[in-house]
Amino acid sequence: MSENKKWVRIATCESIPLREGRSVEVGGRKIAIFNLGNRFLAVDNHCPHKGGPLAEGIVSGTTVVCPLHAWKVDLDTGTVKNPTSPVPCIRTFPTRVEAGVILLELPVGPAAVPAPMTRLAKPDRPIHWVKTRIVSDRLSGAPGNA
Amino acid sequence: MERLVVVGNGMAGVACVEQILKHSPKFEVTIFGDETHPNYNRILLSSVLAGEKTADEIVLNDLDWYQKNGIQLRLGVRITDVDSKRKTLTGDDGSKTQFDKLLIATGSSPLIPPMEGTKKEGVYVFRNLEDARALLNQAGPGRKAVVIGGGLLGLEAARGLQVQGCDVTVVHLMDTLMERQLDWTGGSYLKAKMECLGVRVLLEHNTVAILGNGKAEGVAFKDGSSIEADFVVIAAGIRPNAELGRKAGLQVNRGIVVNDYMETSNPDIFAVGECVEHKGVCYGLVAPLLEQAKVLAATITGNKGPSYRGTVQAAKLKIMGVDVFSAGDFSEQAPGADAVRYEDPALGTYKKLTVRDGKLAGVILVGEASDSHRYMDWLRSATDLTAMRRQLLFPGPGQDAGLDVAEMADGRVICGCHGVTKGAIIRAVHEKGICTLAQLKDCTRASTGCGSCTEVCEHLLKAVAPEFQEESKKSLCKCIPFPEGKLREILRSQRLRSVQEVLEIYGNGVGCEVCKPALSYMLDMLWCGDHDEDRSARFINDRVHANIQKDGTFSVVPRIRGGVTSAKELRCIADVAEKYKVPMVKITGSQRIDLLGVKKADLPKVWADLGMPSGQAYTKGVRMVKTCVGTDFCRFGVQDSTAAGIEMERRFENLYMPHKLKMGAVGCPRNCAEATVKDIGLVGQEGSWQVVVGGAAGKKVRKADLLVTVETTEEALQAATLFFQYYRENANFLERTYDFVERLGIEKVRRETVYAPLAVQQGLRERYRKSKRLSRDAWLEGDEPRHPTQFVQIEPLESLEKAQA
Repeated sequence: MSENKKWVRIATCESIPLREGRSVEVGGRKIAIFNLGNRFLAVDNHCPHKGGPLAEGIVSGTTVVCPLHAWKVDLDTGTVKNPTSPVPCIRTFPTRVEAGVILLELPVGPAAVPAPMTRLAKPDRPIHWVKTRIVSDRLSGAPGNA
Repeated sequence: MERLVVVGNGMAGVACVEQILKHSPKFEVTIFGDETHPNYNRILLSSVLAGEKTADEIVLNDLDWYQKNGIQLRLGVRITDVDSKRKTLTGDDGSKTQFDKLLIATGSSPLIPPMEGTKKEGVYVFRNLEDARALLNQAGPGRKAVVIGGGLLGLEAARGLQVQGCDVTVVHLMDTLMERQLDWTGGSYLKAKMECLGVRVLLEHNTVAILGNGKAEGVAFKDGSSIEADFVVIAAGIRPNAELGRKAGLQVNRGIVVNDYMETSNPDIFAVGECVEHKGVCYGLVAPLLEQAKVLAATITGNKGPSYRGTVQAAKLKIMGVDVFSAGDFSEQAPGADAVRYEDPALGTYKKLTVRDGKLAGVILVGEASDSHRYMDWLRSATDLTAMRRQLLFPGPGQDAGLDVAEMADGRVICGCHGVTKGAIIRAVHEKGICTLAQLKDCTRASTGCGSCTEVCEHLLKAVAPEFQEESKKSLCKCIPFPEGKLREILRSQRLRSVQEVLEIYGNGVGCEVCKPALSYMLDMLWCGDHDEDRSARFINDRVHANIQKDGTFSVVPRIRGGVTSAKELRCIADVAEKYKVPMVKITGSQRIDLLGVKKADLPKVWADLGMPSGQAYTKGVRMVKTCVGTDFCRFGVQDSTAAGIEMERRFENLYMPHKLKMGAVGCPRNCAEATVKDIGLVGQEGSWQVVVGGAAGKKVRKADLLVTVETTEEALQAATLFFQYYRENANFLERTYDFVERLGIEKVRRETVYAPLAVQQGLRERYRKSKRLSRDAWLEGDEPRHPTQFVQIEPLESLEKAQA
C-alpha cells in the first residue's frame, strides 16, 4: 500500500544558513532540514543511536554528525555511515524549492505517525557496544558538564 | 693518488662517491655540479613546492660533508666538453680539469614535447630547486596553473601548486593518469582522488601550443579548444643527459650504455644514474641509481665482482592523502598471468596484484598503500605465493604492523632505495643508540630515498629502540592531511581566514566534525576575531553558547568569578530558574551554578534576565578560577587568593582555548581549592606565589608542574599570562595542558615562557592583549543574533492539514 503524500511549504531558504541544519515540527514529526548550498535535504530529527537532535550536528559533505555521540548519518539515504550499517535507519523526505520557499513531501493519514525508532541492531544481537565505544572515544573532546 | 672526477652532483653521483669512500681512500675526488646547491633529495622537490619542507630540509650532504671527506666541490660549473685521449674536461667557465678516472652522473633533463610557444615567459619545467623556487614565486591564491603531463612528477607538481592556492589543471595526452605505473582502473581511481583534492584533470588532450603574446596566457589543444593559464608547467617526462658520453666517444643509445659492472666502452670512464642505459632500459627512479652506485663503486675501486642485474621498478606518488604505489609488471596480457583485484569505490581503494608462475609479477595500490613493503619484498625475493594464495590482498588477522615488523627476517630489505636491511637498522639502534628517525636517516640513510619505508622504519624503531621519540604528530584528520603545527603555520603565512577556504585549498573541500572545530579555533587564535567566523564549522555548543544535553535541551552556567557571588545574584538566578521552569539547578564542581534543561529558544531570554556574562561552560575556552577564601576570613591564609583568582578570571575570560581551561588560586599550601590539579594554579606561600601548570583531575589525574615562583600577585598573573598564550599558540586542538606540558617537557615550557628573552615574552603578551581586546561576552549575541534563526524554532509556513495535495 502506498502512502498518501503532500508537499508542504516549510520555510524560506534564508532561514537555514549554509551548511547548517534547523529543526521544524510538522504533522506530528520533528524533521531536520539542512542547507547544502546547492540543495536542501531533510531527515527525521532523531539520531538512530540515542535520539540526538541531528539538526544541531556538524555537516560533513552529505552527512551530518550527531552532536551527542558523533554518529554519522547520510542525509541522502538515511543510512548510518559510522558505525557502518547499510540499512536505512531514519526516514528521509524529498525537498524542493519554489519561489524561495523550501517544500517537503510528507506522508499523510494514519501511516504518517512515526514508528518509534528504538534500536539499530537485530533483536537477537546486542547493540554495537564496541563500535559505540570507539565513536565516543573520538568525542573525548566533547564537553562534559563541568 | 688517482684523480677521480665526477660530473654531476646529484643523488647518483654523490651516492657513488659515498660508496667509493667506503671501499678505499685511493682517489682524490672532484665533483662538478651545474646547480649551486650541495646534493639534495630531488625526489622531495614536490614537498618543497607544497610547502611541507624547506630547501634546507631536503639537503642530503651538506658542505661540511664534502669538506670532511676531502672532496673538492665545484658548484655552478657545467662541463661542456671531454677529451678522452688527453683525459681533460672543459667547463663553461673555461676551466680545464685533468682526470684519471671519470664518472658521468649527469642525470636527465625534462622532455619538452613538440609544441609551439614553449620559450614564452611563464613556461616552466620542474626538475631542480631553482625550478621549484621559480614556481613558488609564480604560485599564489587564484593563479591559474596548467600542468602538462599526468605522470608522477606532473601530479606532484600539480598538488604542490594547488596547496599554494593555485587553480590547477592537469593536461594529459593519454586516456589515464600515470599510465606507465597504473592500469586504466587504477588511473581512474587516482583521477577521482585528484579531483577530490581540487585539481582539475583533462585526459586525452594533446597540447599543440602555449598561447599568449610573449607570455603564457593559455594552452591550445589539437581539437581546437583551449584553456586559460597564468603560467604553464611542462612535466612530460625526462630524457637522459648522454651528450658528454657522445663527446667522449662512448657507445650511446638513448643513454650511455653500461654493462653489468657499470663499465662503459672506455675502461677509464664510468657512468651511473639516469644518464645510463642498462640492457636497453633507462631508469628514472631512485632505487636503481643507488643499486648501480654500489656496483660501480666496487668496480671502480678494483673490487670488480658485484654486478647489476636491473631493478624491479617501483613508484610511489608522494602526495599527502593520495596513496599510490606501483611496482613490477602489472600487465594481465602476459601468458600465464592472473590478476587478483579488490576495489571499493566508496573508499577510493583499488588493489591489483598480477601473479605469474605462483610468484608476484606486479602490484598496483591506490588509496591504501600501507602494505607496499610486503609486496616489494615478494617481488624482490620472488617469493612462492602458492601457500599464501588466500591472503594475498588481506593478511590474516593478527598481522598488524607491529607484528609484521617482528616477523620480518633480519636480512629483509626495509629501505629499497638504499638497500638497508632490518638487521642493519637493529645493529644501528644497538650500537649507536639511535632513537629518532632523523638519527636513523643520518646513520643508515634508510628512508632518505623515496620515503615509502618511513612507516616501517618507525615501527621498527618503536619496537627496538627503548626511547623512540615520534617526530611529528599525525595529520589532523583525513580531510586535511597536515599535522596541526604545520596547519597553524600555513594559516598564518597564507593569511587564510575562513574554515571553508582552508578546506578547499589544503583539504578535501568538505571537512568533518574533527577538523572543522579545530580549524575554527586556529583561525580565531591567529586572527583574534579579524576573520570570517563560520558557525557551521563550530560544534552546536559554540553556535548557541550553551551546553547541549542528552535530551536536546541546554545548560546555562553564568560567570561567577572566583566562585564569589552575592545575595542579589542568587536571587536573580532563583527567579530565572522559576520563570523558565528549569528542571535542575545544581552547584557545580567549579564553584558555579548550573541551570540544566533550558530550551534553545529560551536561551537569549534567560541570559537577558540573568544579566550575567557567559561562564563559557560549554566551550573549549576559559572556564573558571576556583578560589579559597584566602586572607579575608581564613585564619591560615597568607595570600589574597580570592582577589588574585577573580583578577585572573577577568583577564582570561571570553577567550577560546585549545581545550577547556580550568584554574585555581589558593591562599596557602593547604590547597583547599585544589590549585595543584588545575591547568593553571596559583599557590600562595608566605611572601611568594608558586605558579603551577599542567595539573589535572579529570580523565587523568596529574599534579601540576611548577612553572615559576614569584613575589607579587602581579608577577604571578604575568607568568600565568605567558603560559596561557603559549598554550593557545602551540597546543594541538583538544590537547589539555597536562598533555601539552608532558609532550613538551616543563623545562622547554619554562625556557619559552618565563625564561624566554624579553622580546619573546613581549610578543606573547602583545598577542594575548590583541585577542583579549577583540574578545567579547558570547551571550551578547542573545540581543544581536548572528542569524535570524540562531535561537529560533522554525515554524512551518503551513500545516500538513492545510497543504494542497
